[in-house]
Amino acid sequence: MTDAKPLVRAFILDNFLMGGDREGLSDHDSLLGRRVLDSTGFIELVTYLERTFGVRIEDHEMVPENLDSLDNIEAFLARKRVSRT
Amino acid sequence: MLLHEFLRSSVHRTPDKVALVAGTERVTYSKLDRRVQRLAAGLQSRGVRRGDRVAIFLENGIEAVVAWYAVLRAGAVFMVVNPFTKRGKLSYLLNDARASALVTSVSLLPEAAAAVQAAASVSFVIVAADATPVNYDTRCLSWASAESDSPVSEPGTIDVDLASIVYTSGSTGRPKGVMLTHLNMTTAATVVSGYLGLTADDIIFSALPLSFDYGLYQILMSVQVGASVVIDRSFAFPVKALELMERERVTVFPGVPTMFAMLTGVRSLSEFDLASLKIISSTAAVLPEQRIRELRALFPQAALFSMYGLTECQRVSFLPPEQLDVRPSSVGRGMPNSEVWLVDEAGAQLPNGSTGELVVRGSHVMRGYWGNPEATAERLKPGPYPGELVLYSGDIFRSDSEGYLYFVARKDDMINSRGEKVSPREVESIVHALDGVLEAVVVGVPDELLGEAIKAYVVLRPGYTYTERDVIRHCLAHLENFMAPKFVDFVGELPRTDTGKVYKKGLHSVPGGLAPKAS
Repeated sequence: MTDAKPLVRAFILDNFLMGGDREGLSDHDSLLGRRVLDSTGFIELVTYLERTFGVRIEDHEMVPENLDSLDNIEAFLARKRVSRT
Repeated sequence: MLLHEFLRSSVHRTPDKVALVAGTERVTYSKLDRRVQRLAAGLQSRGVRRGDRVAIFLENGIEAVVAWYAVLRAGAVFMVVNPFTKRGKLSYLLNDARASALVTSVSLLPEAAAAVQAAASVSFVIVAADATPVNYDTRCLSWASAESDSPVSEPGTIDVDLASIVYTSGSTGRPKGVMLTHLNMTTAATVVSGYLGLTADDIIFSALPLSFDYGLYQILMSVQVGASVVIDRSFAFPVKALELMERERVTVFPGVPTMFAMLTGVRSLSEFDLASLKIISSTAAVLPEQRIRELRALFPQAALFSMYGLTECQRVSFLPPEQLDVRPSSVGRGMPNSEVWLVDEAGAQLPNGSTGELVVRGSHVMRGYWGNPEATAERLKPGPYPGELVLYSGDIFRSDSEGYLYFVARKDDMINSRGEKVSPREVESIVHALDGVLEAVVVGVPDELLGEAIKAYVVLRPGYTYTERDVIRHCLAHLENFMAPKFVDFVGELPRTDTGKVYKKGLHSVPGGLAPKAS
C-alpha cells in the first residue's frame, strides 16, 4: 500500500491536470481548494480508488479528511488495509 | 427599491442576528453592513463610480457577499465569475464588460493576475488577504488596504440602473452578459421569496455556487427577509453537507437535480436528523419523477418546489407543492407579478394544450445582453403591448388544458449539464485548439447524475493520436469544469446533411461510422 500515492498522483495528473499545474500539486494540497476536483471529480476518484485498491468506500468515509489531498488519501488507504487484515 | 436597501432594512430590524455562516465564521447583519460600508468607501476612493463594472472572482464565502453589496452601495455593477473560470475566458469577460476592478482570493490570484495582464480596463485588483500580495501585478492590493473609513458618497442610483451582469454561455460560443437592473432583481427576489414563504426565521443551506444566479439569489432573498444563510463551499462531500445541515438546523435546501441525485445516493441519509427542513427547491434542469418520489419519501415534512428559470429573468415558474401528485413532471404555470405564454414559430400566442416557445413578461426580464444588440434582439422582442419587449426563452414547452407547463426541449442545441447551460460552440472551439484536431462537434447525452453529459466527437489529422483523457484534460485546462466533455469518441468523419452542415442527430445513430474509442 506504500505505492498508493504515486498511483493516485498519476491518476489525478493524467485525468485532471495540464501544463504547469502538474508540477505544482503537492502532497498536502487540497484537491477541492485548488479546484483540481469538483463534486463529480471526487466521484470519479472514489470509483478509481475502489477499483484500483480493492476497497469499498462507505458514505461516511467520503469526507475531506480521507480524500481531499494525496497525503489524506494515502493515510486513508493505509487505515482501510489495516482494518481489513 | 434598490437591491442593497434590503440589507439596510435587515440591519435596522435585526442588527445582531446572524446573516451568514461559512466555515467557522458567523457574521451578523450589523457586521456584514460594516464590512460592506468599508469596502464600498474603498472602492469609491479608488475611483469606482456609478455604473462601473466590478468583477467578483471568488469562491463561495462571506467575502463574495460583502463584495457584491459593496459594489452596489458604491453605485457600481457587480459581475459574478465562476471560480473555475480560466485566465483566457476571464480576460474575455473583463474586456467585454470593461470592468474597472476585480475582487479575488489568494488561491485564485494566479489565474486572476494572468487575466488582468490582458485587461487594461482593470485599474485595481482586491485580493481577499491580510497582506498585499507580492510578485504579482502592481494593481493588486490586499482587502485590508482596499477598505476605507471614509463615509460612502451617495451615488444616486435609481432602480432602472444596472445592479449586476451575469455571464451565460452563448449559442455562438461567446459568453453573453445578462444585464439585470435593481428592479429586475428586487422583483425576482420578492416574488420567489414570497411564493416559497421565506421568513426571517429561516436558515437556508446553500452549496450552490454563488457565481450561479440561483446561488446568488439565495443570499439576496435571505437578506431581504432577514433570514440566515449557511454557505458551503460545494456539494463535493455530501455527508459533510448533511452534518452541517443537521448542526445548523437548516429549514431551506435549494439544489439542482445533480445535487439531489448525490444526496439520495447517500445510504446513511436516514441517520441525519433533518426534521427542521421545511422547504426544498429545485431548478436549473428537469427533476426526474423518480427523484421527486425519493425526496418526498425522505423528507415528508418538507414542501418540494419544482421550478424553472433562466438567467435572463431568474425565475419563470414554480409548481405549487400540492400539485406534485397531480402533475409531477410540470414546472407550474408562471408566478405572481409576471405572465407567461407559448407562441408558435410566427410569434402567435397558442392556447392551452399546445407546444411552443415560452415567452415571459414582467419587470424581472433583463435589460438585454451587454454590448450585444444582435443577441438581445433574438431574445427580447415586441410583445402584445405597444412599446414593450418580452423575453423569448428559447425553451420549448407544452402546456396542459389548465396551462401547466412541461419542458420539451431547447430551441437551440445548448446542453444542460449539472443545471448549467453549456454552448457546444464554446467547447468545440477549445477542442479545435488542440493540435492535430481536424474537426470536433459536441453534443449532450443523457446522464443519470448530470442530466446531460457532454460528449465530443473528434476527427484527428493523420499522424495524431490522443486518448479520451488527453482531450478531457485539455478542456479542463481551458474551460470551467462543468463544460469539459465526459466522453470523447474519435471518428473517421462526421455525418453531414446534403448542404454540408454537420448533422448532430446523426452522430447517435451511425455506430458503423465511428472508429473504435481510443483506450
